[in-house]
Amino acid sequence: MELFKEDKVYNFLGKGKIFFVASFVLFFLAIALIATKGFSFGIDFTGGTVVQVKYQGPAPIDKVREALEKDELFKHAAVSEFGSPEEIVIKTAASTDGLSKDIGDVTREILKGTGEFEIRRVDMVGPKVGDELRVKGLTAFLLTLGAIMAMVTFRYEWRFALAAIIAIVHDIVITFGFVSYFEIDFNIESVAALLMILGYSIHDTIIVYDRIREHIQESKNSDFVMIVNEAVSRTQSRTTLTSLTVFFVVLTLFLFGGDIMLGFSFPMLVGVIIGTYSSIFVAAQLVVWTGFSVGRYREKMAEKQKMQAEKEKMRAQFEQGIV
Amino acid sequence: MKLNYRVVLLIIATVFGLIFSLPSFTQSSEGKKITLGLDLQGGLHMLLGVKTEEAVNSQIKSIASGVKHFAERNDILIEGISVREGKVVFELLDGDDATTMDEHLKTIEGTVVHASEGKYAISITPEAVEKLKLQAVDQAIETIRNRLDQFGLAEPTVAKQGIDKILVELPGIKTAEEEQRARELISRAAKLELMAVDEDRSMRVNDLSEAEAASYGDRILEDALQPQMKHLVNEIPILDGTMLTDAQVGYDQNNRPVINFSLNSAGAQVFGDFTGKSVGKRLAIVLDGKVYSAPVINERIGGGSGQISGNYTVAEANDLAIALRSGALLAPIYMLEKRSVGPSLGADSIKASLLALVSGFVLVMIFMIMYYGLAGIIANLAVVINIFIILAMMALLGATLTLPGMAGIVLHIGLAVDANIIINERVREQIRLGIGLKRALHEGYSKAMRAILDSNITQIIACTILYVYGTGAIKGFAVTLSMGILASMLTAIVGTYGIFQLFTNRIEKSKNYKMWFGMTRKVNA
Repeated sequence: MELFKEDKVYNFLGKGKIFFVASFVLFFLAIALIATKGFSFGIDFTGGTVVQVKYQGPAPIDKVREALEKDELFKHAAVSEFGSPEEIVIKTAASTDGLSKDIGDVTREILKGTGEFEIRRVDMVGPKVGDELRVKGLTAFLLTLGAIMAMVTFRYEWRFALAAIIAIVHDIVITFGFVSYFEIDFNIESVAALLMILGYSIHDTIIVYDRIREHIQESKNSDFVMIVNEAVSRTQSRTTLTSLTVFFVVLTLFLFGGDIMLGFSFPMLVGVIIGTYSSIFVAAQLVVWTGFSVGRYREKMAEKQKMQAEKEKMRAQFEQGIV
Repeated sequence: MKLNYRVVLLIIATVFGLIFSLPSFTQSSEGKKITLGLDLQGGLHMLLGVKTEEAVNSQIKSIASGVKHFAERNDILIEGISVREGKVVFELLDGDDATTMDEHLKTIEGTVVHASEGKYAISITPEAVEKLKLQAVDQAIETIRNRLDQFGLAEPTVAKQGIDKILVELPGIKTAEEEQRARELISRAAKLELMAVDEDRSMRVNDLSEAEAASYGDRILEDALQPQMKHLVNEIPILDGTMLTDAQVGYDQNNRPVINFSLNSAGAQVFGDFTGKSVGKRLAIVLDGKVYSAPVINERIGGGSGQISGNYTVAEANDLAIALRSGALLAPIYMLEKRSVGPSLGADSIKASLLALVSGFVLVMIFMIMYYGLAGIIANLAVVINIFIILAMMALLGATLTLPGMAGIVLHIGLAVDANIIINERVREQIRLGIGLKRALHEGYSKAMRAILDSNITQIIACTILYVYGTGAIKGFAVTLSMGILASMLTAIVGTYGIFQLFTNRIEKSKNYKMWFGMTRKVNA
């Protein structure tokens, strides 16, 4: 089976402005959404308690709410169905720090008489821990971006690195714009999803860049736009195939993973779509806009090769003892 | 035939992967297995904080006890010994004893002594305070570990996190009662103190306020068995639990469980001295700030052993003895984070994520075969071996598989398939150029390798940073992903090439590129 005609060069950059406008609009819409609506941060970051309860038979949500109202710890608790009518989650901003007075035990006491139930999960995070997670996570993320920037600069050029970073940020911001819009709980699993998108995005981008570099070196053409079009066209079947396969896996995780994995499967699903789009239409385009010049790059490469050759010559001379 | 080292490597990798991942599948007792995270298998996860200031407070009190005992033993008259604002203060009545007292105070490490006109104030140096705080955390970890070991749970984890936090994981906890018992055992301060009852003012205990009691250097303590009953005791204990050597459950004459404890030689001496001088007075046995009994001392008690009686069940007495034996917590601990997952939920999570992973994976496999023909099968083989290698490596490293770890595996399946796709696409391109298969394979692989290496090295660098700076879940993600990347380079770049090499002649002869690579060969030449 073959999807794309191998020898055809598609003019991806020709429509660059359209995609630029699309990305631009999406990106700033996402930022606006995140800024105004924000995330519904899970207790991993805000502190608080989540109790997941499974009833035998449909959960009596109203009775549960009524029972919880009476307790100080659950004054502003949110009760909602979780995955199935039997199961509910109770969320409250309160947490307890004593070991003997436990919020799980308290819940069990309060819910007594609402029916046959089983407490399946109690997550309690104190306010101090959430702060630390946020700071640490952000540090790790920024350092990682820095490292990627350094690596791409080393292997390609700083313009490529800059474009790659912009593309990554583009992907992540838009994805989490969706997370904000659909009010998906932002928890520690979402951070894992974010990392996955980061990995996926940079991987896709590098594969395209590798082709661009190859074409710069091999093609006689000096028109960078042409080279990029050629490179993106050549990688087209690979990008599509890979994206489809990753999409399959993530989609099944989204469909079968259930509500407990939503904070994780939803951003991944969106991220894979955005990441694929950006590696075809955004990442390469950005390099063109940074003012990359094929001529200069070739000169630099030639220079590098010359130096390498000279070094080797000197080493050979040195080893033979002719100085 | 030439030895095909690539195939040999692939076979070794396969055998390695199978052997070491097998125990995780069969759950046999032998061999190392992948541990499932608490989110998958159920259990109790707690992050505990330590109130280290309390450790400093009790150290100050302990210094006060020491000074008091020293003075009594050497017939030095002191007055008003008490703890004020983190300092031990007292007055020396006879100036002649100053040299002896000063000599003694010098031997107490980590303290600063201010003395003027017989008025003494001892405080702890800032360095000693820091050291005490650190010690309190380390000691708490040790103590909790000891207690949990004796509790009889399967593989509890007690580890230090950051500077002053303790991570406790108990995978074996199944019921709410078990959880409660474990929490109580962990949090129990188990601080034993032997305190003298202030007989002079004891009658007035019900009329005294806390502040008044403090002005006499006394404390009002509740009775453990009858909470309405109060005891007035000297603030500075005669002895504390640090001198305890053993605690065992025993039975009194009515066959009720009691706890017998013994003291070390220093403790026995202090205990003996005190009881010898205080015949006819009462001694309060105080555990965690509550008076368990206050027997009248009939004679000097040597040998350094005593008994705590209370209304215990055998199980309670047992837990208490464990707590006492494994040492007091120098500082109370509190809960920063708690996650408890019921076993049924964990099983559901595993089921859901396995279903998702397997079905997604099967879809990918079918797709690959449709698209690439036999090359697709080879690629699938590589990816399957790859997964076995990851599982084997995780088992060997004792890594824990969690939900975020599964994100790592999902991404990794994507990347592993991708490596094969890149290679196959490149090989197809080369075949289209009309060059011989052998060269086409060589060119295709070397070109694909550059792209794969660039991307993978970038990812591994990113993973390293995530591992160093990340917290638990992020670390798990980074470990799974980087192991996967290493394995995929081996199976995709080295392994599949080896297989193609084995079949090169056959493919050339058959000329069936449709079957092998899923493509029509247009020879441009």
